Amino acid sequence: MDPLADMGGSPGWGPAKVPDPDEAPFAEPWEGRSFALTLLTMNRVSGRNLDAFRYALERLDPVSYLADGYYGRWLNAAELMLTDSAVLAPGAVDARARRLAGEEVEEPAFPEPARPDYAPTGPGSLREVEGPPAFAVGGAVVTADLRPRGPSKLPGYLRRRRGTITAVRPGHLLPDTHAVFEGENPQYVYTVGFPSTELWGPDAEPFTLHADLFESYLIPESEADR
Amino acid sequence: MSAAAERPSPALRTEAMEALLVERGLVDPAVMDRFITTYERDVGPLNGAKVVARAWTDPEYRERLLADGTPAIAELGFGGPQGEHIVVLEQTDDVHHVVVCTLCSCYPWPVLGLPPSWYKDPAYRARVVREPRTVLYEMGLDLPAGKRIEVWDSSAEVRYLVLPQRPAGTDGWDADALAGLVTRDAMVGVATVAAP
Repeated sequence: MDPLADMGGSPGWGPAKVPDPDEAPFAEPWEGRSFALTLLTMNRVSGRNLDAFRYALERLDPVSYLADGYYGRWLNAAELMLTDSAVLAPGAVDARARRLAGEEVEEPAFPEPARPDYAPTGPGSLREVEGPPAFAVGGAVVTADLRPRGPSKLPGYLRRRRGTITAVRPGHLLPDTHAVFEGENPQYVYTVGFPSTELWGPDAEPFTLHADLFESYLIPESEADR
Repeated sequence: MSAAAERPSPALRTEAMEALLVERGLVDPAVMDRFITTYERDVGPLNGAKVVARAWTDPEYRERLLADGTPAIAELGFGGPQGEHIVVLEQTDDVHHVVVCTLCSCYPWPVLGLPPSWYKDPAYRARVVREPRTVLYEMGLDLPAGKRIEVWDSSAEVRYLVLPQRPAGTDGWDADALAGLVTRDAMVGVATVAAP
């Protein structure tokens, strides 16, 4: 099953919000604290592995993902990374929060940290890729039928769909392996355009959808049996 | 449902996590304060508005910006996290661009700051890739029937900035005055820049 985070096309969310032009970056002070705490957690725990953070978001249960909004989700993902790497014990955050609220609860001891063995080869997410890109602008492709148990950046609604290369982008770290600390494996990324009818059927509103997809997600149309 | 729903409030859990990480020597509250004030005061949509206004008043800059966004944006001093590779999409009489991130809420921080709540909302993430004209209408943008719509799902590390159309009635305005008209929402593609 695709994670809840893979939301493209999913039903039941109601109308879109009308933008408030004067909205502040953080609705409440704790949201700013959560934002800063998560960034620092990422830096200190995972060596700025942004893909690992996004994968932590994808592993949250639906309530943890949705109940407290965007920065609640960040907080919960940061906590998951901290317990994964044994910087904090499971339940440590709740126990301390209850104590802050005046409850008498026992707190778990700090565990022995087991941080991932990780050293990025450079800053950020872009890397040089050896060799030329496999696809060129205008090329016809089909997206692969990927249903991995682990991380992937192929949105579910774009699986097994015919599209055309809109643009060739620089090489990126491959989130499928990078998010789980199993190597950078950089690949070219392509913007691929899909007619809306290919995604949503003949009655779809007319438009073109473009998405940024890794080379290993794409098959030349000539080689695809569909 | 119940276990997660009965947790202490996110405000208390944030305070608790901060205290624990300070005790572990991993987090300095003063550094957190700097991160927060940077995104409250310095990095916001005014950066993007300066880029747009420059493009509206300097045709050579506009050409550089559309050809390769990242270095052209860096000319104005903007870059950094979530802005490694920025592509600029130009609104025209025929085409309307709108940007989303269906998988998380990826957004070009150096030029627009942190994403607004409507961008992070499941309804926008789920629906703008399926019925963009309807979603834009709900958000207050009624596109002409003949306008072609292009939706961009930022599913990797490319970040998109929309270059809105310059409104009529602004001939002779300088870049500073024009920047005051440009809104965050227009630079994501859910609004147009209104004439003064």
